[in-house]
Amino acid sequence: MSKSKGLIIIPAFNEENNIGTIIKEIQNCRINFDVLIIDDGSTDATAEVARSHDVPVVSLPFNLGIGGAVQTGFKFALRNGYNYAIQVDADGQHNPSEIEKLFEPLKEGEFDVVIGSRYLDKNDYQTTFFRRVGAVIFMGLNFLTTGQKIKDNTSGFRCYNRRTIEFLSKTYPDDYPEVEAIAVLGKNGFRIKEIPVRMRSRHSGSSSITNLKSIYYMIKVSLAILINVFRSKEMK
Amino acid sequence: MERIQVFAILASAAVCIVIVELVRKKKLMEKYSLIWIFSTVILITLSLWRNFLERLADFLGIYYAPTALFIVLSFCGLGLLIHFSIAISTLTEQNKILAQEVALLKNEVQTINESEAPESKNVRYKRTSNEQE
Repeated sequence: MSKSKGLIIIPAFNEENNIGTIIKEIQNCRINFDVLIIDDGSTDATAEVARSHDVPVVSLPFNLGIGGAVQTGFKFALRNGYNYAIQVDADGQHNPSEIEKLFEPLKEGEFDVVIGSRYLDKNDYQTTFFRRVGAVIFMGLNFLTTGQKIKDNTSGFRCYNRRTIEFLSKTYPDDYPEVEAIAVLGKNGFRIKEIPVRMRSRHSGSSSITNLKSIYYMIKVSLAILINVFRSKEMK
Repeated sequence: MERIQVFAILASAAVCIVIVELVRKKKLMEKYSLIWIFSTVILITLSLWRNFLERLADFLGIYYAPTALFIVLSFCGLGLLIHFSIAISTLTEQNKILAQEVALLKNEVQTINESEAPESKNVRYKRTSNEQE
């Protein structure tokens, strides 16, 4: 294990049909990063499938939700001396061949976080009208509260440096953490860079955010961003 | 003394006794009993001290004094509920940290087991079967 390098964190909840594919894809890329699967209390064979591909698995005793799962990965990275952490979704939306591209801006030390963005290039990413509206609202809220112009706030394809890993293992939002994390990181002075990536549609299964949940999602995340304004800085 | 006053005193006293009894039996932590006892003491005081209750009602613009008692009661209830929400949030956070810790330790134990014994799968199987005996 080359611990000076990065750790690819893949949170997975009942992804037995997708997890094998994404692991194989990463292994085929020959990137010099280790892979860690966070099995978020899956009731199917997610952990077994992952282990059969010779990849370490951290199994949570029950479902914590994406935030708690990813944070477990940050804690693992911190304790095992990794300098970079890359979050990749298990459902195949993120293309492993773009991991190196995502990692590139961190090497110079100019940035702390890199976000793979769907909306940066005018590419052919298929999305619904509602999602576009949501994306604009989140961009506006984050811009108004922290002055950051992040176009794809909900992207879970991210790369963090050591300093950020340390911070996030202490503070990371629980459910629907992506947008809130950007607000919290911006508030605490982390430098965020957005680069264009192409996302694919899911291999199998359905997105965790259904139509019914999306209203709760919008309200919860907006509230979290607004409350963040009134919090004091957690760093320095 | 009005009937409602008698009822309010008896009910508050009953709640207070139940709470103290629960703490005595160690079914309720002192920490969580304080806010209950505090609430019942306020209610009993207001029920007995009719003069203060009337002045409070007057101040709040309530014509029938015992109604003020219900307002105070609802605020005590609200305080208790907020208190519980805070307690649940704390527990949820602690529970999350524990789950993460358990998962990370499980992984570490597994890694250690595997590095100690090359034929780790057999060793682990034997160990678990020993535990069951």
